[in-house]
Amino acid sequence: MKVSRNLTYSMLLLLPAVVLLVAFTYYPTVATIIDSFFSTPRGRRPARFVGLANYETMLADPVFRKAIVNNMIYAAVIIPCSMGLALAMALLVNARIAGRGFVRLAYFTPTVLPMIAVANIWMFFYAPDYGLIDQVLGHFGRGGNNWLGNPDTALWAIIVITVWKCAGFFMIFYLAALQQIPPSLLEAAEMEGATYWQQLRRVILPLLMPTTLFISVNAVIEAFRLVDHIIAMTRGGPDNSTQLLLHYIYQVAFGFWDTAYAATLSVVLLAILALIALVQFGYADRRIFYR
Amino acid sequence: MSRLSVRSLVKTWDETRAVDGVSFATEAREFVALLGPSGCGKSTTLRLIAGLEAATEGSVEIDGLDVTNLPPASRRISMVFQSYALFPHLNVADNILFGLSVRGVKRAEQKQRLDRIVPLLGLSSLLDRRPSQLSGGQQQRVALGRALIAEAPVCLLDEPLSNLDAKLRAEMRNEIRSLQQRLGLTMLFVTHDQTEAMSMADRVVLLRDGKVEQFATPSDLYTKPNSVFVAQFIGTPPMNILDATLLGPAWDRLPKNTLVGVRPEHIRFADRGIAATVVSMEYFGADSVVSCRIADKPVLVRVPGQPGFAGGETVHLSWPQEAQHLFDQHSGKRRDPIPDQRLAPALEFVQP
Repeated sequence: MKVSRNLTYSMLLLLPAVVLLVAFTYYPTVATIIDSFFSTPRGRRPARFVGLANYETMLADPVFRKAIVNNMIYAAVIIPCSMGLALAMALLVNARIAGRGFVRLAYFTPTVLPMIAVANIWMFFYAPDYGLIDQVLGHFGRGGNNWLGNPDTALWAIIVITVWKCAGFFMIFYLAALQQIPPSLLEAAEMEGATYWQQLRRVILPLLMPTTLFISVNAVIEAFRLVDHIIAMTRGGPDNSTQLLLHYIYQVAFGFWDTAYAATLSVVLLAILALIALVQFGYADRRIFYR
Repeated sequence: MSRLSVRSLVKTWDETRAVDGVSFATEAREFVALLGPSGCGKSTTLRLIAGLEAATEGSVEIDGLDVTNLPPASRRISMVFQSYALFPHLNVADNILFGLSVRGVKRAEQKQRLDRIVPLLGLSSLLDRRPSQLSGGQQQRVALGRALIAEAPVCLLDEPLSNLDAKLRAEMRNEIRSLQQRLGLTMLFVTHDQTEAMSMADRVVLLRDGKVEQFATPSDLYTKPNSVFVAQFIGTPPMNILDATLLGPAWDRLPKNTLVGVRPEHIRFADRGIAATVVSMEYFGADSVVSCRIADKPVLVRVPGQPGFAGGETVHLSWPQEAQHLFDQHSGKRRDPIPDQRLAPALEFVQP
């Protein structure tokens, strides 16, 4: 059989991408799903098929349930807060204000900093008594808080950092989208008597919807993915109050070395993310106007 | 019944004076064109009137009410943007109703006014479409509809026809003109196209470098241009401007430093007259434009039909004295002939 030269070339050109995708995305995904039905191989005991046993363990695992609840709170706060803050900051730096180049840079800085460095800066902010926040509060007689050490406040302290980290990144997308809106549209709205809030609600926000969808998908991913600062700051503690799903997977896989159980947890994470993405694209896509 | 008047309007950005003391006043229900080459400040003038830019000096009045410091929405002015500025996420009906809806007009009245305006613009079958599903001409109509439904007494249009093709442009020209008359609006219309201004407007404000060069009816602009600039800006091909000293002894009686302007269609080929050399010819069907040279200075002559001249041929040109415009060489301003200096001998010489 004669293979056309065109086909050969196209296959060769696709090869690098295919190799990378298969090696780092598709194979690990499939392998994870398969592993979740097997036991963890230990020493001379190879992995054996255990059916849904890992899933049964998971459902009975209180740490897993705690992680899921924490992660839901984490996502439910971070997604709207970081997006709202990003939009507000973008509207601000898109306006004609003095030194807006500097302000844009300032907002974007958290995104550029490595999460480990960020975590250490915030460790200092949150430190009891001598930390920045406590020192300020101390002047009002409200010092002595151990923000990260108290199970009631630890998750919220982590949430604040994540919002701070994400908002600047999302702002860039909103800013780019805002600059795509022709000024004449807003002038026309102004001529027609629209107040600033009416312009925002009736013109700017609808035109930002495609960007909002994109950012919301990213925000969901970040809400499940961003755990670096937990590793650096609390390791899920105290008493699993900052335990998030991905961090738990990390602990189970590389701390307790229970790879099969980690695979099972990963499958759940994957399923959650896939479900959210389906809803977002399937539902929102139909209602969004693309230029 | 609204008069728009603009008094010594100035807009400066740093060092540049984009609008430099523009004054004019329209009558009620008048259609006025703001005409000028690009960069003359005509769009800026319009934006100052609309309130989209703040004037550095001067005032804008509507019906005697000073609106200079009012926000755009309170000026009782509507505007059609050059790019139409339609809201891409709204359908035609919602685009037209945008202003009424943000102003909180009741739904029943919105519908009533929509039903009144839509047939005028021929948009009845398109109300559910998005702007991206409309042709340029249809988008233009929607933009007009959005401006007209507000029933503001003054309507501003910024180069409304520049994005349309030639055929559509001619169509919309008539349509806008007839809408303006039917609705009794005062319209101010920015254009760089002299044909558009001449054919549509009751009066034309001709701007140059931020200043009003002439404010007159189209026929006055054509027959009594205030300056060399106006004479050459209006009319295609533009008016011939010649140094009087080139034309021979009969023009010696004119004051020094006089330029003589003659429109191409007023020049005739004659047996006697000013000697010229034919350079080339352009044939347009109904007429032809012959380019000649009088002592190295180009002169265009428009004649009916297709004259049979050969390049390099020597011809004689003449024109009636009343078709002749005189301008000052230094200021470029029109110089009306002083009665006792009328060119009696020249007349005999020019008209065979």
